[in-house]
Amino acid sequence: MSLLLTVNLVLALCVIGYILGTRRALGSADGDQRLLHSLKGYYGQNVALSVLVPSSILLAIWLIAQPLLINQSVAGLIAEQDIAEGASSSLIIQDMRRVADGLDVVVQEGVLADTEIAALNAETTDVRDLLGDVGVAVGSEVTQQTLDGARHYRTLALTGNFWRGFAVLAVALAGFVFALQRTHKDFRARNVVERGVLVLLFSAATVAVLTTVGIVLSLIFNTINFFDAFPAADFFFGTRWEPSFSGRGGASDLGFLPLIWGTMFISIISLIVAVPLGLFSAIYLSEYASDRVRAVAKPMLEILAGIPTIVYGLFALLTVGPLLVSAFGSGGLFGVNWMSGGTAAITAGSVMGIMLIPFVSSLSDDIINAVPQAMRDGSYGLGATQSETIRQVILPAALPGIVGAILLATSRAIGETMIVVLGAGAAASLSLNPFEAMTTVTAKIVSQLTGDGEFNSPETMVAFALGMTLFVITLCLNVFALYIVRKYREQYD
Amino acid sequence: MTDTSKFTSLKVQDPRTKKRNAAEKRFRAYGIVAIAIGGLFLAALTFTIVKSGLPAFTQYVMKLEVTLSQEQFDDAESQLLKTAVYRDIFIDNFSEQLDANGVDVEYDAAALERLLGKVGGDIRTHYRENPDDIGQPTTFQLQLSSRVEGYFRGRVTRDTLVDSRFLEKADLDIVDVLRDAGLMTGRFNWAFLTGKDSGVDNPGGAGIGASVIGSFFMMLVVLFLSLPIGVAASIYLEEFAPKNRFTDLVEVNISNLAAVPSIVFGILGLSVFIQFMHLPQSAPLVGGLVLTLMTLPTIIISTRASLKSVPPSIRDAALGIGASKMQSVTHHVLPLAMPGILTGTIIGLAQALGETAPLLLIGMVGFVAREYPDGVASGFLDPNSAMPAQIYTWAARADVGFYEKAWGGIIVLLVFLLLMNAIAIFLRKKFERRW
Repeated sequence: MSLLLTVNLVLALCVIGYILGTRRALGSADGDQRLLHSLKGYYGQNVALSVLVPSSILLAIWLIAQPLLINQSVAGLIAEQDIAEGASSSLIIQDMRRVADGLDVVVQEGVLADTEIAALNAETTDVRDLLGDVGVAVGSEVTQQTLDGARHYRTLALTGNFWRGFAVLAVALAGFVFALQRTHKDFRARNVVERGVLVLLFSAATVAVLTTVGIVLSLIFNTINFFDAFPAADFFFGTRWEPSFSGRGGASDLGFLPLIWGTMFISIISLIVAVPLGLFSAIYLSEYASDRVRAVAKPMLEILAGIPTIVYGLFALLTVGPLLVSAFGSGGLFGVNWMSGGTAAITAGSVMGIMLIPFVSSLSDDIINAVPQAMRDGSYGLGATQSETIRQVILPAALPGIVGAILLATSRAIGETMIVVLGAGAAASLSLNPFEAMTTVTAKIVSQLTGDGEFNSPETMVAFALGMTLFVITLCLNVFALYIVRKYREQYD
Repeated sequence: MTDTSKFTSLKVQDPRTKKRNAAEKRFRAYGIVAIAIGGLFLAALTFTIVKSGLPAFTQYVMKLEVTLSQEQFDDAESQLLKTAVYRDIFIDNFSEQLDANGVDVEYDAAALERLLGKVGGDIRTHYRENPDDIGQPTTFQLQLSSRVEGYFRGRVTRDTLVDSRFLEKADLDIVDVLRDAGLMTGRFNWAFLTGKDSGVDNPGGAGIGASVIGSFFMMLVVLFLSLPIGVAASIYLEEFAPKNRFTDLVEVNISNLAAVPSIVFGILGLSVFIQFMHLPQSAPLVGGLVLTLMTLPTIIISTRASLKSVPPSIRDAALGIGASKMQSVTHHVLPLAMPGILTGTIIGLAQALGETAPLLLIGMVGFVAREYPDGVASGFLDPNSAMPAQIYTWAARADVGFYEKAWGGIIVLLVFLLLMNAIAIFLRKKFERRW
């Protein structure tokens, strides 16, 4: 039974349940609404929810579990010695799945019947051509083993899908009958429905926790796998980042230090740009600017935060980089030859700095505004000028909050991806020269995971270890920054 | 205080006051300069985007009327090298047109091929698909090769051009003549808006249409998942949650998730949705799921703010006339908070629309979106690109012609973002209520 049909049947049952539930409740009260415990709609909602919720939960679990179980069963078919050099069982299973999907298409198009598929033999029929004819491209020749696996896969998937529809509908019907049975004028429908809705609301709130759990688990498991294949000490203390290309063999140097150095260096450059600009903007906007200037300048700075980072990345790559080369490159404006290529730490850093201005300015703005007016008045009363008040009274009072804002901006800078992928270059280096190409943790996560490397080689798995360190670093920064900001806010409230 | 010489007239500033006032002015100027730099950068960015992106919306074509008789068609189809015959027919028509226009220029078949690409193939395809045009004069608008387009735009000049099999300096003379004769002109490039991505060697034919559709399906997933889940979670946290450990945990979680780097969500999507659940790679469904998880915190935070802004008296009044807690929320608080919730949702969606990094990890890069999805299920499940991923793909290609496309793609993306933000601002202005 197809997924769409199952879902539609359940939804139809839901609607019927609502109507019947309402009718039955009214009927039990002889059509007199006043005799019902709850409003009549609640009886219908009760039936509809009883149909929908258990069956959706079952369907969701089934959808996740079935592919896993099938994979396990198919993997059992593959003998250890059949795994060719450079391949892995997951790749073979992937092939089988693709062939199985192709066979589905073959049956759908009416080229072969199900019985003919069962009689297929890879040695006598060219399965790859067969699939190619219906528009399914398969990478390599289909061996008998792959074909057997694919057939096994198909049978399992077909039976699985059948039972899925059957089980989901059975659960839906059970809910339908049960809820309808209970529908009676004295049934406390509203309380039951409201309790049910509350549980649904609660489970929506747990999605956030589940996301975090998902992030942590996916990072931890893959990181552990990586450290099984690659020594942790070489990762954390290695000073060279030279992954070998997949298939070429040879040991890779996957040292973490050059990447974290590049990340820190570019983040520092961006903060050198963002902190003064953001802070002075915030001070001007909150202390000096007239309402009209504020109404224009504040949204203008906030637009900078709303521009997608891919735009900044392209701007760094195609505009700022060449511009910097024409200034600092050979034959450039300043007559120095410091820069050989447009992609460099300073390119990415300066553009990222501009992006971060609003992160520093809006939060600092809020915090400066939160400093009580009495402190300003006291300072003016003692004869201080406005700038002296700001420097000696307001900024010290707002300092913890501003530090929090800067920490949040730092965590943004460390986690920023597109600007560094496009603007910073690809070479990992432990250098102090801002005009040199550098690379960061995020840029390497992208390049290691989007290459065509094999999924369980250390060169790919290292991305998860990088992700883990990135997650831990930004999490610490965020928690610390939020703690500071929150604590400070309470001080003056 | 006996030394009266220290005191000067009140009307003359003493040096110290002067210094302090100068410092005051300087300090103020720093602020103005900081804001001005931000503004300047914004202006420079806008200027660059418009200047570099607009060319993507024009396309240079050669207009030529071709008449093909039925005999010619049959004859050509019976030949072994069919496209060569069509090319010759084209050249015949071309030289006739030149004579009619009084243009005199030397050219050969190879030069035309360098200017226009494989014209024979284009013409054959047209007549095979539109057999009614045989025998009728038909106007062809043949797209010029990307290097000739570069010449029109000033990217390629005689000085920078190195003779190659793609374009020779002599060809540019032909181009000049044809341009002056009005045979080669620019026109609005609809194909960029509606088209699909092309291969790496054909920047002229690349369009953003397919990836707009991909983004659209992704946004559908985000909207239909994150709005209900986000609103439900906010209602629970704001109205029902007891003050306990778990609630605290959820709250801390949400504020942290909002600051987790987007690429980490990409890793989550890769390992949970693709490795673990075996959903198809590059599918808008997966992209939508990842972006949903990413935008949920934003939507929850803004929804809670708008629920909070509904005054407690509304809830009290509802409870006072006998509504249950749930009824007071669903019948009164939620409708009143709806404009704020929608505004927050649209802004969250706009943020998701421009997000690139997580999409790269679930396989939306290096993939060429050559096909439109053919139906709703295929729209969600078949590999497709999305606008920002498409822009990245173009920016990463070697041919300079793609940079133009990338900027053009950014214009399209920003137009969508501006529209969404304008709707959000409109909603806020129209329905905002001060209690």
